[in-house]
Parts: sequence; structure tokens; C-alpha cells
Amino acid sequence: MINHEASRADVCALAVAECFRDDGEIMVSAMGTTPSLGARLAKATFAPDLLMTDGYNLLLRRALPLGEEPADEDVEGWMPFGSVFETLWWGRRHVMMGASQIDQFGNQNIACIGSWETPKAQLLGVRGAPGNTINHVTSYWVPNHNARVLVPKVDMASGVGYDRAAALGSGGRFHEIRRVVTNLGVFDFNTPDRRMRLASLHPGVQLQEVLDNTGFELAIPEGVGTTPVPTPEMVGVLRELDPQGYAQKEVVV
Amino acid sequence: MADKRMTVEEAVAEITDGMTIGIGGWGSRRKPMAFVRALVRKGVKDLTVVSYGGPDIGILCATGQLKKAVYGFVSLDSIPLEPHFRKARQDGTIAAVELDEGMFLLGLRAAAQRLPFLPTRAGLGSDVLKINPHLRTIKSPYADAEELVAVPALNVDVAFIHMNRADAQGNGQSLGRDPYFDNLFCMAAKTAFMSCEKIVSTEDLVGGGPLQSLLINRMMVSGVVEAPGGAHFTECPPDYPRDEAFQREYAKTAKDIDAWNAFRAKYLDVSEVDYQKAVSA
Repeated sequence: MINHEASRADVCALAVAECFRDDGEIMVSAMGTTPSLGARLAKATFAPDLLMTDGYNLLLRRALPLGEEPADEDVEGWMPFGSVFETLWWGRRHVMMGASQIDQFGNQNIACIGSWETPKAQLLGVRGAPGNTINHVTSYWVPNHNARVLVPKVDMASGVGYDRAAALGSGGRFHEIRRVVTNLGVFDFNTPDRRMRLASLHPGVQLQEVLDNTGFELAIPEGVGTTPVPTPEMVGVLRELDPQGYAQKEVVV
Repeated sequence: MADKRMTVEEAVAEITDGMTIGIGGWGSRRKPMAFVRALVRKGVKDLTVVSYGGPDIGILCATGQLKKAVYGFVSLDSIPLEPHFRKARQDGTIAAVELDEGMFLLGLRAAAQRLPFLPTRAGLGSDVLKINPHLRTIKSPYADAEELVAVPALNVDVAFIHMNRADAQGNGQSLGRDPYFDNLFCMAAKTAFMSCEKIVSTEDLVGGGPLQSLLINRMMVSGVVEAPGGAHFTECPPDYPRDEAFQREYAKTAKDIDAWNAFRAKYLDVSEVDYQKAVSA
């Protein structure tokens, strides 16, 4: 008997999926477990036009369960790295990346901790974050919302935040950070000065828990809502898309 | 037409200390590891390596032959960060030029087209410009007057790539699903060398896959080496997948100098033939 009661991980997966709801016919690149699951949920339900790869170079016509290898009939196209770069420079892409650090304007760091010249910890490096964030829509996923991740100032800006994008003038016109989804809530930048704002709290999360675990001052609108809970039907889809329960293990409650 | 067949030793013969080397493949995928191992045996020092980096950069960090890494990332794919590279960065034993992955591609393209730079929006607003003070921006000469990053050409002295098949004249074939940018590495180099799983006749090469798999033409390379398993332990589909067990063993040696010395003695201070014997044992 499959349990169709929504867990925190399911709420997070739907919140991720909602980031892509109105994207239409563009490529989604979702890095990590919950972003992959959420993007697949969007494609399997309310956003079927999204283009997604197998994580390598095949474009797939349907959302496959996490860990499942595509069959020949699942393939609809080819997206080698050369085409990924062309697509991201073209702007027809929405990426969801992780963040080792993220600040109140959405500057993101995945490169290193400490100074770049002599890093205390070398992390992934900037990878594609500078080009992604300045060319097309970006969202972020943080599975462990705490004040070491949501920091007043990132050690190094890999992904560009709103303050830096604004300083560029026309060069920043394709920059958009849609949302930041964490294990505690959903955040956006719909404020006059583009500071991060609490958009909704996941069910069971208290506002104080978010404030205590955020290293900068969040904008808190009046009457903050609760993040939507997936319907039993959607939970059923999530169980099919993640039969091993990888996302359940990722999300810290 | 010239018969360009040679050995890995002959291919690395003209590599000297301080050269800039371009290495094809991507992360831990279709890396010309037989050439990397030959560089280790040769012992050339103070190398600058330009690469979508994987164990090529990691191994040359561990052997102390790498002076400077120029990269979009350095990853083993199934292990997100190359551990020997991480150690070298944290110990401060190498210089680094860290670029956005797309900027790196434009640098290769600029070199291949003999241009000083190519413009892009990538990098604007990020700290990539801060950590690379040599990077400049340029203003569009047209009415938009947009400020863009001028990515400088990534010119290299010698490039090494690994293909699935090649003929003796230097036509090369990529049978995997991603060609990566090996053609650009060859064109960004003064001289390029190609290893392959198997050298076949031109007829068999053309018949062995779709025309668009013929990524390398003979203008691009000066030497061809038949090196079965030449990409090991990185993947070389459809010939073989990544050797994940071996890669894990390699990765562990970054935390233990004795383990590294043992790894080096067993797998690197030996001929390519003995390496292939050791890994298939």
C-alpha cells in the first residue's frame, strides 16, 4: 500500500516544480536530487512542454523515474555540451543549482570557502554559474537551510545576485532569480530593492525557525502563506518518479 | 599522404618544461590518459594545462609537474571534485585560472579562429573577473554600447586528444554521444596528437559510424597513436565505461601519501603496456 500523505520532501518537490510552471518550451537543467524530482514532476503534470535531458546528452520526451535509464522510445533529441552552451547563451533555459552560500540579493557561491587565492576549502569552482545567471532564469535549492548557507556575504560570487546584476545596467537584462526553495520555505526577490523575501513557509515550519537559521535580514511580508501541499494524486506521481525515495533522504526536517 | 602512426613516447618527445598543454575530453570522460601517463614517465615540469579538467589535471598535480591549471572545472563526474586538484588548491601548490565553463569554450574558439578574444556576457557581475585580473571587458562598437567580457584566446603549444577510431593519416572518429571540444583543442594548438582505441583503414573508419562522427580530420593532428584502453580509467563509450572502482582507488590516494606512492609505483612508473596489464589483472 503506497502512502499518499505528503511529506516535507514532497512539499519541497512541488515547490521546485512550481518554479518551472509557466516556463513553456525551454530547457530545464536541474542539479541535484530534489531539483531533478521537482522538474520531472512539473513535466509529468502541469508543464509538459519543458525540455529535459537524461543528465547527459539525450533530450527525453517523458519524465523518467530518478535513476531509470532511458529507452530508445524515450528520446526526442540530442543535447551535447556544445548545444547546452548555445542554448544557455540563447536564453531558452532555466537552471536550478545548489548553493554552498547564498546572500540576501541571491549572490551564490559554489566555488570555495575562504579566499579564492588560498581557499580553506576548494569546492566545485564556479562551473557554469556566472554564465547561467547572467543569461537566463536561475532558481536555487538548499536542502539544509541554516545561517552558514544563507549568509550576509558570500566568500565568492559564482552566481550573480540582484545587486550586482543591477549595477551592470543593460548587461544584466536577462538576469532573473525566480525562487530559492529550502527545506523550510520558499523565497523570492519581489521586494523594491530586490532583497530576499519569505514567500511561504512549509507546513509545520515556524517563522522563528526560519529567522533563527538565516544569516541576514529577510523581508517578511504580512500574512505569509503556507507552501502548497501536493494532492494525493501528485504524491502518487512523486512516488512513481522517485521509487527509491532519494528525495525523502535528502530533505532535512 | 603521410603515415602519422607513432608511439606515445614519440608523441611526448618534444614536450619540454614550461610548455602549455591542451587536453581534450571532459571531466572523467574520454581523456587522453595514455598521453598523460607518458608525460608522467617523461617527468617534464612546470606545465600549464588547459582542460575541462579531470584526472589529467589531478595526476599532474599529484606528481608535482603542474605549475598552472586553466579550467572550467576539475571533476571526476561521479566524484564531483577532483581530490588531488582540491589538495593542490588548498595547499597552494599550483597557480589557477578558473573560468566559467562557457567562457572556457569561447577561449578555445578564439584560439582556433586566431582571434585575440571573443565577447560574451558570461562572467559579468561575478567574481570570475575579480579572481582573473587579466580579464578585460570591451564595449560594443554598435549603438547598444553594451559592455561585454573579452575572453582571451586559450592558445596552447601542444594538444592531446583521444578518439574511438582513427586512420593512420590522422582522421579521427568519436563514437560516443558527445564530441566535447577536441577539434577545437587541436585547432588551438601549434601541434596536436591523437590517440585512439584502434587504428583502422580509412574505408573502415568512414564505414564505422555516421559521417558526423568524423570529428577530427588529418589537418588537425601531427601524430596518431594506437592506444587500446588509452582513456582508462575515464569512460570511452561505446568501447568501455568509466572504471569506477579504479577511480575510487585513485581518489583515495589524495588523502594518504603512502597510498599515492604505491599507486604511482604500480600504475604510473611503468610502461603503458604494463599499465594496461596491471589494470586488467
